[in-house]
Amino acid sequence: MSHSQPRFALEIRNLAKRFDRPAVDGLDLSVDVGEFYALLGPNGAGKTTTLRMVVGLLKPDSGAISVLGIDALEHPVAAKQLMAWVSDEPMIYDKLTPFEYLEFVAGLWGVDATIAEGRARELLDWLGLAPHAHERCEGFSKGMRQKVALAGALVHDPRLIVLDEPLTGLDAASARQVKTVLRERVRAGGTVIMTTHILEVAERMADRIGVIAGGRLIAHGTLEELRVQAGRSTTSLEDTFLTLVAGQASAA
Amino acid sequence: MSQTGTLTWFARHETRLAWRDWLAMMTAGRRRGLKTVAVALILFAVFMHLLAYAMVGRFADMDVDADKTSLVVITASLFLFWSLMVSQAMESITRAFYTRSDLDLILASPTAAHRVFAVRIATIALAIVLMAVLLAAPFIDVLAGLGGARWLCAYGVAAALGFAAAAFAVTLTIALFRTIGPRRTRLAAQIVAAIVGAAFVIGLQVGAILSYGTLSRLDVLQSDAFVAHAPNIGSALYWPARAMLGDARELAAVLGLGLLSLVVVIAIFSPRFGEHVIAAAGIARTAARQRPWSRRFRAATPGSALRRKEWKLLLRDPWLMSQSLMQILYLLPPAVLLWRTFGQGGTLLVLVPVLVPVLVMAAGQLAGGLAWLAISGEDAPDLVATAPVPPRHINRAKIEAVMGAIVVVFAPFVAALAWLSLYHALVAALGIVAAAASATQVQLWFRRQAKRSQFRRRQVSSRVATFAEAFSSISWAATAALAATGTWLAAVPAAIAIGTLLGTRLISPR
Repeated sequence: MSHSQPRFALEIRNLAKRFDRPAVDGLDLSVDVGEFYALLGPNGAGKTTTLRMVVGLLKPDSGAISVLGIDALEHPVAAKQLMAWVSDEPMIYDKLTPFEYLEFVAGLWGVDATIAEGRARELLDWLGLAPHAHERCEGFSKGMRQKVALAGALVHDPRLIVLDEPLTGLDAASARQVKTVLRERVRAGGTVIMTTHILEVAERMADRIGVIAGGRLIAHGTLEELRVQAGRSTTSLEDTFLTLVAGQASAA
Repeated sequence: MSQTGTLTWFARHETRLAWRDWLAMMTAGRRRGLKTVAVALILFAVFMHLLAYAMVGRFADMDVDADKTSLVVITASLFLFWSLMVSQAMESITRAFYTRSDLDLILASPTAAHRVFAVRIATIALAIVLMAVLLAAPFIDVLAGLGGARWLCAYGVAAALGFAAAAFAVTLTIALFRTIGPRRTRLAAQIVAAIVGAAFVIGLQVGAILSYGTLSRLDVLQSDAFVAHAPNIGSALYWPARAMLGDARELAAVLGLGLLSLVVVIAIFSPRFGEHVIAAAGIARTAARQRPWSRRFRAATPGSALRRKEWKLLLRDPWLMSQSLMQILYLLPPAVLLWRTFGQGGTLLVLVPVLVPVLVMAAGQLAGGLAWLAISGEDAPDLVATAPVPPRHINRAKIEAVMGAIVVVFAPFVAALAWLSLYHALVAALGIVAAAASATQVQLWFRRQAKRSQFRRRQVSSRVATFAEAFSSISWAATAALAATGTWLAAVPAAIAIGTLLGTRLISPR
């Protein structure tokens, strides 16, 4: 296990996972520390499966995953200590209040209570949840629930945040708040990896973009680099993405 | 095919949904399980007929002109049966109010909502009648086989009681809705349903303890004082009992009244049902303000954070409270017996060994439910799984949460027992721990992620787990019962319990 300034926040080598058919098929991917990385791909491309293996929710059939220099398969607890996971379905408890939820998450990550409480109050304020801090989550809208889940992901100050479609179903105001929070994390030196179907978000926010199809990384780089790879230098990300995916489909 | 939007069209739709719901419940969603279910049902029917033979076989010769004492006992038994039906019907009605599923579609469509709700109430009533008839069938079959075809009239009585139970449950639930509002009705109806189902039998048992120093409910019903205070033999209260004994005229009256009560209730309440459903849907979106346990974060290890979270969720779960209430209510007679034993200076000490298996059985059942909630009913499984805590530590914390709750519920009973007899307290404590630990272990082996709201149907996910949990609880209760009498034969059910667990482990998915 190495803790000396790793270059990559996430490094995946030859990762494979098969259900009825290969979901992830020899995937290689690396994300730099302090980077905002967007992972794109058509439905069933293997994005969620990949991220679930990264955060320890699925066991890969083969391959290696390294999180900030820690072998996540060999030392899952140490790797989890540095990560947070946010899915499109907010993982919260209806019968707990946001304040209690954050207290629970801080306890799970073993964060000192005083430090965690300060962070929690700041996050609740930041995300506009302070007036609802002592209301049970059962009456919350999808946007509020997602913000509570995001606060939970941030309360233990993770160095790598992994998000799967975090903006699905959010209204414009909530989506903007979430995006702002994520950008702030990157500015503060954290790393964000996010899947999204909203290409505009990837285009505006991501430092680099990876495109997955058929369980493999078919293209990656900055938007400009992707355009070059797609052979369409002046088109939008949507056109670039569709060209890359269509190219992969015809090659397969 | 019936015309769309008519009563028959809705009835077909509801029947199809009810059938698929039942099928899914029986087969846990696996079509291949149908044959197994059929075999299991046949075996269960045979077992129930044997049980019925043992229980009521000796009453088959009872005459239509039964004496007052017999009529009182039959009427009380039918009342107990009816109260259980009411309990079941109330739960179905509450679900119809609060489970949204297709209600948005129905209320948004240009169809007459009262027709849908009329059919829905009738479907609930038919389901209750079907259940009543199926539950009564083994007893009626045995009585008819031994005492003649006149006993088949009891099928009509079961159906009539089912109709009346559904009508009463609808009325009671809507009355609750109007008096205490939609927010409180959800919890209140669940609690009332639990109490209605258990109150009569527990009331009789408590009465038996207080008046006669016995646990036998039959002693109360057959006592001279009770019979003397019961209505005169010509009273209409005995119509169901007479109908059951084969009186065709009384049967027609009972069936007619049962059906009429349901028709009247449907006619009165179905037009307003939609309004209540909308009111119930409205409260689901209102956030409840929670008095904070603490305004400050408390220091916690991952284990203590998990335990605290489980206890908070258990305390705040109204469905769990109502579901567990029945199990806790059954502890009332033992509590009264203990209290009476203290009061009478130990003259009832002879009954103390009877308490031990009751406590052990209740502990096993309660622990099974709590363990399911803590282990399978985890609402944020991904959050817990992505936390930097080894899975075995998570499991240990959840087991500790369940066992902690069991200790809180049962410690007062064991302490009271210890005051009377240290030996029996020790047997009860060991039995409680063994039954609770076994039920929790079974839930760990058969964990399958589900929503907490599916608690009522937790047995669907694995029949093996349900049977293993029940069988181990029964075996530990038998062990405790025998150990309480001081015999080494207690080792036999203990070995069966351990064997059950080992067998369950072998066929468990993990």
